[in-house]
Amino acid sequence: MQNEPEITSQLVKDHGLTSDEYRRILDLIGRPPNFTELGIFSVMWSEHCSYKSSRPFLKKLPTEGPRVLQGPGENAGVIDIGDGFAVVFKIESHNHPSFIEPHQGAATGVGGIMRDVFTMGARPIALMDSLRFGELDEPRTRFLLNGVVDGIASYGNCTGVPTVGGEVYFDSCYNGNILVNAFCLGLAKADRIFLAKAGGVGNRILYVGSKTGRDGIHGASLLASSEFDETTEDKRPTVQVGDPFTEKLLIEACLEIMEFSWVVGVQDMGAAGLTSSSFEMAHRSHAGVNMDLSKVPLREEGMTPYEILLSESQERMLFVIEPGHEEEAAAILEKWGLDAAIIGEVTDELGVRIHFEGKEVVNLPTLPVVDGALDLKRETERPEYLDKIGHLNLKELPEPARGDKAFTKLIACPNIASKEWVYEQYDHMVRLNTLVLPGSDAAVIRIKDTKKAVALSVDCNSRFCYLDPYEGAAIAVAESSRNVVCSGATPIGLTNCLNFGNPEKPEIMWQFEQAVCGMGDACLYFDIPVVSGNVSLYNETKGEAIFPTPTVAVVGLIEDQSKVMTAGFKQAGDCIGLIGFTMEELGGSEYLKVLFDRNEGKPPVLDRKHEKQVQEFCLELIQKGLIQSAHDCSEGGLAIAVAESCFSAKEEALGATLELESTLRGDALLFGETQSRIIISFPEELTDQIEGLALSYPVDFSLIGKTGGSQFTVSINGQEYIKQDIESAKEIWKTSLGRYAGQTT
Amino acid sequence: MKCGIVVFPGSNCDHDCNHILKKILNQETHWLWHKDEVDLSSFDLIVLPGGFSYGDYLRAGAISRFSPVMNSVIRFAENGGKVLGICNGFQILLESGLLPGALMQNHTRKFICKNVYVRVETTSTPFTQKCNDKSVLEIPIAHHQGSYYIDPHSLSDLEEKGQILFRYCDAKGGISESSNPNGSVGSVAGLCNEQKNVMGMMPHPERCADPLWANIDGQSIFQSLISQS
Repeated sequence: MQNEPEITSQLVKDHGLTSDEYRRILDLIGRPPNFTELGIFSVMWSEHCSYKSSRPFLKKLPTEGPRVLQGPGENAGVIDIGDGFAVVFKIESHNHPSFIEPHQGAATGVGGIMRDVFTMGARPIALMDSLRFGELDEPRTRFLLNGVVDGIASYGNCTGVPTVGGEVYFDSCYNGNILVNAFCLGLAKADRIFLAKAGGVGNRILYVGSKTGRDGIHGASLLASSEFDETTEDKRPTVQVGDPFTEKLLIEACLEIMEFSWVVGVQDMGAAGLTSSSFEMAHRSHAGVNMDLSKVPLREEGMTPYEILLSESQERMLFVIEPGHEEEAAAILEKWGLDAAIIGEVTDELGVRIHFEGKEVVNLPTLPVVDGALDLKRETERPEYLDKIGHLNLKELPEPARGDKAFTKLIACPNIASKEWVYEQYDHMVRLNTLVLPGSDAAVIRIKDTKKAVALSVDCNSRFCYLDPYEGAAIAVAESSRNVVCSGATPIGLTNCLNFGNPEKPEIMWQFEQAVCGMGDACLYFDIPVVSGNVSLYNETKGEAIFPTPTVAVVGLIEDQSKVMTAGFKQAGDCIGLIGFTMEELGGSEYLKVLFDRNEGKPPVLDRKHEKQVQEFCLELIQKGLIQSAHDCSEGGLAIAVAESCFSAKEEALGATLELESTLRGDALLFGETQSRIIISFPEELTDQIEGLALSYPVDFSLIGKTGGSQFTVSINGQEYIKQDIESAKEIWKTSLGRYAGQTT
Repeated sequence: MKCGIVVFPGSNCDHDCNHILKKILNQETHWLWHKDEVDLSSFDLIVLPGGFSYGDYLRAGAISRFSPVMNSVIRFAENGGKVLGICNGFQILLESGLLPGALMQNHTRKFICKNVYVRVETTSTPFTQKCNDKSVLEIPIAHHQGSYYIDPHSLSDLEEKGQILFRYCDAKGGISESSNPNGSVGSVAGLCNEQKNVMGMMPHPERCADPLWANIDGQSIFQSLISQS
């Protein structure tokens, strides 16, 4: 074996550990660590693995509920959906790798989140991605957009798991730090959920999947746990390289092995690779592990224990099986052409001992490694920028006489334009479950062998979060559940991906604290448990942080597959109704950004009680079969929401005529982003029934127009405000993102 | 109808084909593992499903053709057995020489997943006899290497012999470059061999055959096959 470097204060620093943290290591283990052990502490105590900045705040999120089978702390959350089935889901970030190497970064993000799900014994059945890029004029944006979408497509498509939805946003705050948050949902038998545990003494540790190489070493600890600067490009070798074909084989082989009762526990080798999987499994079972690294299948010669333990090579799993079943396991893995090896066994030592070429190279107790990192009591301070931009004086904002220009600009802007260019590159239909294809408010996935379906939506308006992280995060929860409701589902669970800047800055921690509180309060009020999540900090480049982006994905349950709702209008002559009411709010709106290049003011007010009534009312309308379409009013406001329902009608767009009566400014009425509003359409003869039901809640409801014709026409108090040919408008909306992405500069 | 569905490592539409044939159309189905060279003479239909067999490494279908099961499939086809290759299955049929031509990367250079229209070019085959001649079917595609190529002389040969079964078209059956999603020559979406017992197509009929969705245009292809057994 090569000589190991001497432990110096510089070496400690290079491992991302502070001198305080190094002293704590000495206190906890009573001796200096050797080089390999230092590497282990470095990854396990990294922000990415230890949540040392965020953990104290996360306790504010509600995590329990009658359907919750597994909350946060495992690889993914588990929610009971009845009929003996459970859904297993989680969202996770892969931001920094995707910025450095978009294709592989995004691809391995998808691979990692899938492994989190099938590790629990669930077959992955749906993927979604929340993507955020810099502004269009930023030179790298087009390259990153193409690379990320291509990476997701190549990985997801090859594994045969449909990518059914997601979101794509552009804002200059992501110029130096894009966000790639990947979500996966799996289906499992409710009584066959696997946890990451090691069980009794003598159980065998079985390594499964790709061989271990030198890729991704310190990916989680050094790449994901620090800001970007001039040296970032040099970290390219820390980005892992994915092989979706092996992942597909791994899914099939693992699910086949997990049919057997001799499988005790499973853990994927994700961030911090073999180190975190072995230490965490041992720790959770109050056991120890004895491993021999000489038995690990290796891709390259001459790898050191340090490299083997810290490698983040993809598509690898660690199983714990009862002794005596090694050959059965080997036969299944051989059938799928995967590498496998027994590399150790479970002991009763409460520690991990690792040997290599006959020598003990690591001997560490599990508790200090897994749980020893000090929770950092990060300071919080309200940022000064809020005083400068927190007020929007509408009187200073010129009000256009007509809305045509704003309308056409908005439908073409990439945050509102159709995401068809993106989702057509994803196989969103494989497995024959996608009841509602991408482009509606939520994706809807049927559950085979039952009458049920689940609806999925991932959302966050980070402009709102920048202006008020508490309200912004609460709005993200409200909007995501509203989207799920518009598809006919009752929200049953949530997973989050909290993307923020450098936690060492008190202003960033203030944003974080506010957002977590806002999210927690909203989840509590709407009774949606948070069952899994991920925190991504240090999303900043050269001191410029992203907007706080607490992305949420809500999962909803539909009891009856035949009661699924979509956003598009269905036929001419239907009435168009607005559930909820509009206030004079333009703060943080897309309109303000696109027309005036300003992000100011307060985000829209969220009245939680009203929101809940709006959602319950909409759900009752869908379940009673009274309406033809339902669409959430979000970016771009009322005019854009109605136009999107026109565009999504079917192959040919359906026009609409809106006749509004209001004293609000025309632009606020049509493009403001007041919360708790849903656009519905229904046959005229049901108007009285729907109005009667609205009164019984009570919830605001107004008839605003009719579908049909070839024009999109809006009048306010009898005065024409917008008139556009619907097919030409649709063409702009449909093609603008693809035109941008395909341009060669 | 006794159907065999081949499973290669990386097949991912195998379960979808099984769902339609077994659960929706009540046919007998069996899995055929790629490593097994077996006698297929008792089968009425062998399906090579879509997916990414062997990860599409080297070239889609290029490695799968060397799987032991392909020896059985080739023998089965030579004896007149009916073989249906969908998407990656079509690519494997071309690589193994059971069908002429090649599939290249889409001219968009992107993976495309969406509903497209195809026009039925002949009903005188076991795969299309239940379709209406020149009718338009709405069927999804999902591929990266689906641009069919064959030299002009061989293309007219295929046309003359009635081997072209489907062409990409618009909703009304019109054929133009704008209705051709991947740049295939002659807008070819599916074809068969001269004996008309081996058919390959890029669109996925199994994705539009479950009545849970409004569109069940894909059923006509499976019904054509079922009606003969």
